[in-house]
Amino acid sequence: MFPLTEENKHVAQLLLSTGTCPRCIFRFCGVDFHAPYKLPYKELLNELQKFLEIEKDELVLEVPNPPPKKIRLQELEDGIDGIDNLSQNGEGRVSVIEDGSIASKSSNLNVCNVCLGILQEFCEKEFIKKVCQKVEASGFEFTNLVFSVSFPPQLSVREHAAWLLVKQEMGKQSLSLGRNDIVQLKEAYKWITHPLFSEELGVPIDGKSLFEVSVVFAHPETVEDCHFLRAICPDCFKPAKNKQSVFTRMAVMKALTKIKEEDFRKQFPCPPNSPKAVCTVLEIECAHGAVFVAGRYNKYSRNLPQTPWIIDGERKLESSVEELISDHLLAVFKAESFNFSSSGREDVDVRTLGNGRPFAIELVNPHRVHFTSQEIKELQQVNHFMTWKLSCFRNSVTELELLIVFLFLLLQKINNSSNKIQVRDLQLVTREAIGHMKEGEEEKTKSYSALIWTNKVIQKKDIEFLNDIKDLKIDQKTPLRVLHRRPLAVRTRIIHSMETRYVDEHHFHLYLKTQAGTYIKEFVHGDFGRTKPNIGSLMNVTADILELDVESVDVDWPPALDD
Amino acid sequence: MATEPAIAEPTVPSLVDRYFTRWYKADVKGKPCEDHCILQHSNRICVITLAESHPVLQSGKTIKSVSYQISTNCSRLQNKVSGKFKRGAQFLTELAPLCKIYCSDGEEYTVSSCVRGRLMEVNENILHEPSILQEKPSTEGYIAVVLPKFEESKSITEGLLTQQQYEEVLVKRIHAATATSRASRGITTTTAPTPPQPARSVC
Repeated sequence: MFPLTEENKHVAQLLLSTGTCPRCIFRFCGVDFHAPYKLPYKELLNELQKFLEIEKDELVLEVPNPPPKKIRLQELEDGIDGIDNLSQNGEGRVSVIEDGSIASKSSNLNVCNVCLGILQEFCEKEFIKKVCQKVEASGFEFTNLVFSVSFPPQLSVREHAAWLLVKQEMGKQSLSLGRNDIVQLKEAYKWITHPLFSEELGVPIDGKSLFEVSVVFAHPETVEDCHFLRAICPDCFKPAKNKQSVFTRMAVMKALTKIKEEDFRKQFPCPPNSPKAVCTVLEIECAHGAVFVAGRYNKYSRNLPQTPWIIDGERKLESSVEELISDHLLAVFKAESFNFSSSGREDVDVRTLGNGRPFAIELVNPHRVHFTSQEIKELQQVNHFMTWKLSCFRNSVTELELLIVFLFLLLQKINNSSNKIQVRDLQLVTREAIGHMKEGEEEKTKSYSALIWTNKVIQKKDIEFLNDIKDLKIDQKTPLRVLHRRPLAVRTRIIHSMETRYVDEHHFHLYLKTQAGTYIKEFVHGDFGRTKPNIGSLMNVTADILELDVESVDVDWPPALDD
Repeated sequence: MATEPAIAEPTVPSLVDRYFTRWYKADVKGKPCEDHCILQHSNRICVITLAESHPVLQSGKTIKSVSYQISTNCSRLQNKVSGKFKRGAQFLTELAPLCKIYCSDGEEYTVSSCVRGRLMEVNENILHEPSILQEKPSTEGYIAVVLPKFEESKSITEGLLTQQQYEEVLVKRIHAATATSRASRGITTTTAPTPPQPARSVC
């Protein structure tokens, strides 16, 4: 069972004597199966010492004598008790060694000089429990999780130093040790902690999970460990705007691949010296990946902006399309915030009819994404028009089916809560799929219906010529109404076709099919002659637009859903 | 919809009245009746136009030409803006001249910015077709578009007249003219001719 062989003995002995923990010893000996790492720490230490004591008694003389077992146990327990203070006071626990008497004797029981306690007390159940308490308090609902850790960058420096040491030792036996022959600290930590997390939280660990628990470690005492690298390799440590320190893990790793072995040895002790305290826990955070919901909306109001209309911090109109839709989704998914995007937008006084305008909403950090039939039942009660029978899904149904039903009911709820908008085709989508919506923005066509006023009296025959105009090219200067926030440019747009319906001597309806990105209002009134030609100039009148409706946005995403 | 009179008043306020506020400056640079009208959009953009009472718009006047060349080395046609933030725009003070209008009767008028801000564009259409200046002075016959600084978007109109104040000025002017004409027993004119003065350019 004990994983080390005769071949490893020298290395194990050397590392143990210089203050390295048993699990790190395993790593440097290339032990790449999980079981040995998972053994209790005390047991590991005993086994290791037993292994090293069996033969070569002369070696033991070179090494400080192992302290009596009793003291070791006590020390370990202290260590565990100390965890609670860790993240509360943000300071490293000063190990028992500090009071001197034991310190001189038992370097191998101290905080590991390579992992700084990561494979020691941060692998203990007590620490795992503490993380799990945080996870449970965060209020997220999840069926699996991905666990991520961030180690202080100086760990890489210590790892490098230990590697050089072991490499040298193995060289004496004509053995070689590549960087990749060592088991990564992160790997070993995963092997030990994943089963513990899984057991404690009752869900599997899954690298693809959207729910992430992240733990960030720091080790203030040894922060300066990496500073010498900057003098040798200044290129690797260029300051960047959004970085707190230039000594990122990536930069340190890069510098370590560049630095010459002898330069490193001159600047940094091999073996690395023993630290006083274990790492501190900077943060334990939970986050759920965003969920994306897409659909199409109709807008039936001429007093409803698409997004909140706020000027100088003052609200102009009380609601908006995005809020009418998102408020429900935010509440149900318990999300932190949302981002609304759509295929183009309409003015506050423009209605969107027909099949509606595609939109997508990113729900940021949703605290729940799984729904039960109980919730569906509750939604159903809110909804008067529902014809769904609860029995339909009372039997065993997949989660996906539940979600589809749930979204449909949610859609009904949104639609019943406001007569200003209606939503259809509500569905969960991927982040990538949202690209389809934006792709269509410039290329696709849009259809409109406008009510036109003319200053001169018109007869039916005066407008009929418009029906015959096909693919009319117009030049639009950036409209004055948006010039303050968009660049000034002349854009060529195409009016594919027009159809007129006479109303009276001063009014007619105009149906237009145009290239997306055409400013319709400006095409009608001409915007001070800045859109040419325009309806006024074509008809030789002064024309104005009284009403405008979007009849269709010809983007075939998201896919239409049947009821 | 009900039938409407042939000369239609729109059922809703006109484009200008819906989105713009009209501001006026009377007797610009001390020249009688050379009134300007500034249309300020709710987004702070200003369109500089001639007021209805400007001599150029009085009956009988014919515009010979319009020039944005306001001095030997400064033409408003050279103005170029780029990007969302309109880099490269000429900066205009209230007194900065925008263009000169030459009439067939030999008169020459200078149009000024009246508001501080950056020049977005001038209306090249009136170079080729000066008559639209007279036909549609407050829409297609505009002179220029000026973007005031964001922080000055309110204060730039402080020295200008509102629609009501402008109308009062016109009333007073007619009274004064009538009084003068009574006194001199001459012909009533609304325009007080002044010798053309070459305007100093501010670039």
